[in-house]
Amino acid sequence: MDIVVCIKRVPATDTAIKIAADGKSIETSGVTFEMNAYDEFALEQARLLKEQLGEATVTAITIGPKEAQKEMRGTLARGADKAVLLTTEHWVYDGASTAEALSTWIKANPAQIVLCGKQATDADNNQMASNLAARLGYGCVTEVSKLELAEGTFTAERDIEGAREVVTCKTPAVISCNKGLNEPKPANLKSIMAAKKKPLEEMPAELPDAAMEVVSLELPPPRAEGKIIGEGADAVPALIELLRNEAKAI
Amino acid sequence: MSNIIVIAEVREGSLKRPSLEAVTAAQQLAKGSGGHVVAVACGHDLDAAAGELAASGANKVVTIEGATFAHYSGDAYAKAVAEQVRTHDGAAVLMAHTAMGKDLLPRVSALLETGVITDVVDVTCDDGVFGAKKPVFAGKATLTVKATKSPFCATVRPNNFAVASGGDGAEIAKVDAPSGDLLSVVKEIIAAGGDKTPLQEAKVVVSGGRGLKEPENFKIIEELAAAFGPGVAAVGASRAVVDAGWRPHSEQVGQTGKVVSPPLYFAIGISGAIQHLAGMRTARTIVAINKDADAPIFKVADYGIVGDAFEIVPALTKAIQEVVASN
Ligand SMILES: Cc1cc2nc3c(=O)[nH]c(=O)nc-3n(C[C@H](O)[C@H](O)[C@H](O)COP(=O)(O)OP(=O)(O)OC[C@H]3O[C@@H](n4cnc5c(N)ncnc54)[C@H](O)[C@@H]3O)c2cc1C
Ligand SMILES: Nc1ncnc2c1ncn2[C@@H]1O[C@H](COP(=O)(O)O)[C@@H](O)[C@H]1O
Repeated sequence: MDIVVCIKRVPATDTAIKIAADGKSIETSGVTFEMNAYDEFALEQARLLKEQLGEATVTAITIGPKEAQKEMRGTLARGADKAVLLTTEHWVYDGASTAEALSTWIKANPAQIVLCGKQATDADNNQMASNLAARLGYGCVTEVSKLELAEGTFTAERDIEGAREVVTCKTPAVISCNKGLNEPKPANLKSIMAAKKKPLEEMPAELPDAAMEVVSLELPPPRAEGKIIGEGADAVPALIELLRNEAKAI
Repeated sequence: MSNIIVIAEVREGSLKRPSLEAVTAAQQLAKGSGGHVVAVACGHDLDAAAGELAASGANKVVTIEGATFAHYSGDAYAKAVAEQVRTHDGAAVLMAHTAMGKDLLPRVSALLETGVITDVVDVTCDDGVFGAKKPVFAGKATLTVKATKSPFCATVRPNNFAVASGGDGAEIAKVDAPSGDLLSVVKEIIAAGGDKTPLQEAKVVVSGGRGLKEPENFKIIEELAAAFGPGVAAVGASRAVVDAGWRPHSEQVGQTGKVVSPPLYFAIGISGAIQHLAGMRTARTIVAINKDADAPIFKVADYGIVGDAFEIVPALTKAIQEVVASN
């Protein structure tokens, strides 16, 4: 079985964001990049599925800058058999063009299971899996936190507002992975060494025109400096007064 | 005509409130585009929901009904909705940014060969060009885009637009759901015990963190939430307590949890790490209770009380009960 895992390189979640001079992107110097947190669950799930199936090929793919070689090497150290880096110099924030480019690659290299993270923590788009699935004509379940794969089908669970949904879906399918699906394990030295011998293909991405154009990227207006209104339970009446009459929140 | 389509979400017969907020966003766009607002709902037995939509101010309501649509199927709903967008000459398509909205609208946009922008907090239509604003980098920046393909598709963040109301009863049209092969279908919905208010729809979120010391102590958090009365408040949690197994992941607020923007948010025994702030910094009013006066949460809180949660929270619960009783 062929399994594809989609990976995105994003700024570390504790990065302070600075806006670049163009007013449309972030200043990247001094920023630590890493593999998107949710993609860790996707990658680990690919490894677990391969273990379950006995025989499977796991290909990790990304559309990103040349520097994403580091993250792609990382996927090889953590279970991917092969990595593909489709290079672009621009920040890919537009879900439609990314999905189109990924779907073109997957159509040429069909997979039974395509795993994504729930959302990339840069543009916070949360749209790739279902966007991609519709373009491929594949089944799809998003934000999955429990998965049982059978022959030609699978059952997945996901959180919805105030409840959990149990969904059945046919394969081939795109699945987006949420926290709780598995416990990603770090690579060990042996697998890091072994990764050096695995193939990492690199070629320019063919991204169609974006469906959205960036007008501006700005820092949000700072919240008004908060105030500490007092100490201990004695401050409760003052809080109630402020919530009622100033904030009009209760 | 440049009509604005709203995909309404109906679950187990009831229309979800964020769909009515999406109608408000659609009305904002219709003012700019000069078109009508058409609400489209998929499901089975949609009379009640259709009635509510018709009274919301939408100009037309289309229901796609049938046994095959009794349970959500992303692929089947998407095809049926995309067809209605074409039929009604949709220049823009909006849906609430809920579990269903995030799943469905990207598919619809792909079938319509256009883009989609998710989790938007504002939408615009100037000279026929659609645009939107959304928080990116976990709320650390705001992205403004304009659409270069048509139709313009966007999911709208809940609790951000007012609920639409005051329509005088729009025309309701019924379309039969297609019978046919579904790739995916919801088999079961397991309710989270009791009649819990969904975190993202709650008017008040009361979150607790590691400062509560033991999972059992979340009782004081639950009691404070309950004090607001039924259906008002939901309990949230920091990642530290979710990772420790004290609370389910469905309650996690933050960059790798849920993003909430309720009118009122309480952070209790939560330090205010950047990843937590990402999930709640857009709440209208933030209250922090922490024993450390230097905790970063006080930098974003509108009102802070320094001290022991175990002393302050029960007193606060009592005071809230009194306010609610007197209202
Ligand atoms: C990739 C990544 C993603 C992350 N995503 C999230 C996320 O989505 N959500 C999230 O919350 N975190 C997230 N984190 C974790 C985040 O960095 C913090 O570790 C976490 O938020 C801390 O939780 P906490 O505030 O409950 O605990 P702590 O930081 O330990 O803070 C406990 C607080 O309780 C106070 N306290 C102690 N005793 C009392 C008392 N008796 N009364 C009152 N106050 C008391 C202390 O002063 C302290 O401020 C993420 C981290 C990473 C690396
Ligand atoms: N540029 C990209 N290259 C490869 N995969 C991506 C890319 N962008 C997003 N993805 C995948 O899609 C998931 C959801 O991203 P998004 O919809 O952009 O929030 C991510 O977790 C990745 O698995």
